[in-house]
Amino acid sequence: MQPIVPEITRISVTNLINKGERTDGRSLDQYREISVETGVIKKAEGSARVKIGNTQIMIGIKPQIGEPFPDTPNVGVFMTNSELVPMAAPNFEPGPPDERSVELSRVTDRGIREGKIIDLEKLAIIPGKKVWMIFIDMHILDYDGNLMDAAALGAMAALMDTKIPTATVEDDEVVIDHENMQPLPLNDKTVMTTMAKIGNELVVDPSLEEEGIMGARISIGVRSDGAICSMQKGGERPFKKEEILKAIDLAQEKTNELFKYIP
Amino acid sequence: MILVEDKDIVVPGEILAEGEYYAGRGTFKDDSKICSALVGLVAIRDDKISVLPLQSKYIPKRGDVVIGKITEVRFSMWNVDINSPYSGILPASDVFGREKRDMNKAFNVGDILFMRVVDVDEVKKVKLGLKGRGLGKFRGGILVEITPTKVPRLIGKKGSMINMIKDHTKCEVVVGQNGLVWVKGKPEMERVVEKVIKTIETEAHTSGLTDRIRVMLNQLLDIEEDVNKEEEEDYKEELIQ
Repeated sequence: MQPIVPEITRISVTNLINKGERTDGRSLDQYREISVETGVIKKAEGSARVKIGNTQIMIGIKPQIGEPFPDTPNVGVFMTNSELVPMAAPNFEPGPPDERSVELSRVTDRGIREGKIIDLEKLAIIPGKKVWMIFIDMHILDYDGNLMDAAALGAMAALMDTKIPTATVEDDEVVIDHENMQPLPLNDKTVMTTMAKIGNELVVDPSLEEEGIMGARISIGVRSDGAICSMQKGGERPFKKEEILKAIDLAQEKTNELFKYIP
Repeated sequence: MILVEDKDIVVPGEILAEGEYYAGRGTFKDDSKICSALVGLVAIRDDKISVLPLQSKYIPKRGDVVIGKITEVRFSMWNVDINSPYSGILPASDVFGREKRDMNKAFNVGDILFMRVVDVDEVKKVKLGLKGRGLGKFRGGILVEITPTKVPRLIGKKGSMINMIKDHTKCEVVVGQNGLVWVKGKPEMERVVEKVIKTIETEAHTSGLTDRIRVMLNQLLDIEEDVNKEEEEDYKEELIQ
């Protein structure tokens, strides 16, 4: 359920954006203040807390030994999950994950999977039998718009912070050495930029108020070499071809800024 | 024996006084001790001690004027969000009289109305009405939200604060008791008023606020004027080119 936005707010915000200004004084392509902390949860092998403005997400990474999927027996497994904690917003309800939660975890997952960020082949221990399974769990603590960028940035920061125990094979048995932790094998980095279409303009990093009145949004995940690895469109209005091309240019530019938070 | 001074900030459980005092709002009595129940400011009137909360939710009271948002159009009434734990209802009979008309055409979801609380019953069902001067639907302008306890501060003594803001910015400003404020004027002035209102909200518990706000308004408006001048000059240059 979307909260109802007052008609006069819709008009005043749209007028302001058409003039190239925003209610919080940002320019159209400016992010809110971003902070990334890693290693915030001692019990998790990797963790991060990300804030974009008042939006706040906590991410924990847990590795576990498990069986690979039958169709990919020689590579590791990773899963992404998100939890919209009721305290984060009045319209987040407890219970099974809803549409928004599923979308958020799938889009984050897609960026990491299609960008081939985790070197899954190195996560196989006994090919076909035992592999590392990496669980990425995202808890939304405070919701003030633009969860996608915060989730993608946080997941990446947490993955880079992750250290997994060394696993060796002795007589067909897996032996885990918790004394010798090693970094999770990563190939690259990815972050995401979300743009909302309000009036005829694209605004980067929409706030909660702007998300309430946007016609459509597009999120673009970019790898550090500039390759696009994920994309998601939301909202009921369409995008023109030129707008998507403009969004891609903007995303390439803005993701460069975001990469600075996860060196 | 009194342990605090007027306008001290206290936290829940803090002992305010012992013995011969009355426990007012926001306090409770533990034997002969009076303790604070809230985070807020102490207010001492004669021998009555109360605590004004720093933040609060609006609790509807008969006779208040409030700003509300239509959330649902029903068969013979509108549901109204009045920025409170209790939602309000606006009966169609109050708007149309005995006439029957299309409800959606009068007020639709997302409209902002200025209303009076006609009645609050024992289950906190809030009946709203539109009878009175200046009540009705707002067109244009912006909405600013503050915490309802700061409303008296925004208005000031006999309206001193609010009138000063209106005079300086030439904006229309309407304050609802529920903490919603409607501002209409030139778009850049609306933003100035929004900024000023937010400052008042964060600094409401400090003294000498009206003077500081006056200084702030003058500064903001000077800057605004400079910007306008620059824009004019830019425009002239463009014309020359």
